[in-house]
Amino acid sequence: MPVFLDHASTTALRPSAKVALTSALDLLGNPSSVHSQGRGTRELLEASRDAIAKAVAANRSEIIFNSGGTEGNNHAIKGIYWDRHQADPAKRVIISSETEHHAVIDPLQWLQKNQGAEIVYVRHFQNGMVDFDSLKSLIETHGPAIAMISLMWVNNETGVITDIPAVVRLANQYQIPVHSDAVAAFGHIPIDFQASGLTAMSLSGHKIGAPIGVGALVVLRSAKPISLVHGGGQERALRSGTMNYPLAASFAAAATEAVAELDEEMTRLEALRDQLEAKVVEIAPSVIITALGAERAGYNAHFIFPGTQSDALLFLLDQEGFCVSAGSACQAGVVGPSHVAIGMGFDQAEASACVRVTLGSTTTAADISAFIDALEKIHPIALQAAPA
Amino acid sequence: MSGGVDSAVAAARAVEAGHDVIGVHLALSRMPGTLRTGSRGCCTIEDSMDAQRAANKLGIPYYVWDFSERFKLDVVDDFVAEYQAGRTPNPCMRCNEKIKFAALLERGLSLGFDAVCTGHYASIYEDEEGNLELHRSLAMAKDQSYVLGVLNADQLAHSMFPLGATASKDLIRAEASERGLTVANKPDSYDICFIPEGDTREWLRDFIPTEPGKIVDTEGNQLGEHDGHVGFTIGQRKGLKIGTPAKDGKPRYVLEIRPKTKEVVVGPESALQISDLFGARYTWCGKAPESPETYFECDVQVRAHGETVPATAAIVDGQMHVDLKEPLYGVAAGQTAVIYLGTRVLGQMTIDKTKSKVPASA
Repeated sequence: MPVFLDHASTTALRPSAKVALTSALDLLGNPSSVHSQGRGTRELLEASRDAIAKAVAANRSEIIFNSGGTEGNNHAIKGIYWDRHQADPAKRVIISSETEHHAVIDPLQWLQKNQGAEIVYVRHFQNGMVDFDSLKSLIETHGPAIAMISLMWVNNETGVITDIPAVVRLANQYQIPVHSDAVAAFGHIPIDFQASGLTAMSLSGHKIGAPIGVGALVVLRSAKPISLVHGGGQERALRSGTMNYPLAASFAAAATEAVAELDEEMTRLEALRDQLEAKVVEIAPSVIITALGAERAGYNAHFIFPGTQSDALLFLLDQEGFCVSAGSACQAGVVGPSHVAIGMGFDQAEASACVRVTLGSTTTAADISAFIDALEKIHPIALQAAPA
Repeated sequence: MSGGVDSAVAAARAVEAGHDVIGVHLALSRMPGTLRTGSRGCCTIEDSMDAQRAANKLGIPYYVWDFSERFKLDVVDDFVAEYQAGRTPNPCMRCNEKIKFAALLERGLSLGFDAVCTGHYASIYEDEEGNLELHRSLAMAKDQSYVLGVLNADQLAHSMFPLGATASKDLIRAEASERGLTVANKPDSYDICFIPEGDTREWLRDFIPTEPGKIVDTEGNQLGEHDGHVGFTIGQRKGLKIGTPAKDGKPRYVLEIRPKTKEVVVGPESALQISDLFGARYTWCGKAPESPETYFECDVQVRAHGETVPATAAIVDGQMHVDLKEPLYGVAAGQTAVIYLGTRVLGQMTIDKTKSKVPASA
């Protein structure tokens, strides 16, 4: 069995989430139906909504169940932009970052290309932290023309944390709504939606041990993002479609458990992560730990191995039985340079030499030392395999 | 593994022969529309998935390796430059020479592999002294030894072509079907992979500025005008829009393209009957002939699926001269002439110059 060190891509299904899913699958009834069976599944759905609300310190009516992070990001970005731009056509600027996930960057670029939006990007320090002076000056420059700000809470590649409440404080002087992609943050750092001041936040289930295909957009009652999907008016008419109570129940079980054990589990993983990084520096002294010195989530290690190529490293590690990842692979499977590393100011060669190691519930100290042994073996081969 | 039936069966046979095999799909193209904006190149996602499904069926690991940068430099840019220079290149040969059996092979060797195995229809045999020879495949209709003519002895030593001894493509398809490979009935691809629409001349317009010039006869008399030499092929008859008829009343054909003077030269069909080929860029596929300066008997092929004609060839003053015993019709500079001894590929040259059997002015 290969060693799985790619928990940020997706992680093991929690037994509690599996039980919640399978027992809900035995129920019959559309949650919108008025009969007893419908009321039964509706109750399960609403209890799940309560659980998610509790897990992120939001109001229950602010939880809109959906299919996951990509949908949440698309809905928040397009929906809020359309709403704000409709009310005031002068509002067409969106502030975001080049280190965002493609599920944010691509809807932004779509709005720019097709809907006349102008996307401006904050600067980052080389360790990935947002340069707040740059953010401040973008807000001052574009002021009333800003439709919204979208910045991720935790970066999915580097683990770097952005101080979202501080972003919101800056945005408040122009009453700019702020959305945050919190997919990599949820379950890994404490999240308090209410205290953050955010307008909207995207969550995904499968990153915390729920099945793939469920998530939520957390959105203030006062915000009216235009819906991407029109139909039966479910989920505050923001997300029509028969409500998926089995997945919602499973998501709720996973979220409750993830938040309950967050402190303990993150302390455990952070210690393993720190050991891993220290060992990697020993065996490959030229390595760059990209987010070094930045505040970051404890389950994530992100390296650049100068003089190598990610796809060769990944190939060699895969052959040794280790599942890790690089930047993002395209749909056809090409491991490209990490756009996040490029956004942080690394060059093409460096961005093409990234490896991301992410720990999770199944990770043990033995996994880490086995990984180190494998890396020690394959790193020289990867150096050799790089084109002259 | 391209995602086609040939490479899938080649992989299956390599696995069956007991080799330690991984499937690699080359991402070569950067054409827009095949991948998200601003990202790296991919061949089509469907092809990659087809290849991955085949690899999974065979139980071998599968990876996509990005050679799009090298491919652009060594194949696409070369393709454009050759057309710009009035020549007609073969990008598949360039890809075999520079990518599949060079960049990919080097990477494979450095990662601990011994050979690149492909679904080309060709065979490698060993002679009595242990030299490797490239031969035509048994399936003559599909024979691809022509596009592999650029391989040298070292590349042959690290190549495997498991399909060469199979008599037809139908047998390969039947075998794929028996093996449960979903690509068994996938249609063949004939187009140049980076020109998905299949219209080379239209595609070239985006890269080569269209400059009008003169249409002249072989004596240099202007007969008409054209709006860009890239639009013409050697041997072309239609669309020349020349007003005055030839003296003998016969149709005129494109004989030569002269990019420097932007001239397109036309003349009688008889001038397209080529009797001699010359090229300074030649290589030997495997062991070189003992005395290449002495004319030797051979057969010559100038197109991937073209006819073969008998000839004699020799290296004269540093360039290869091929004296064709039967004329070849409408050969263009830039094409590759592959030299055969029976079924064996002896070598190849890129044609720099041709000589017509009947001088055009006659």
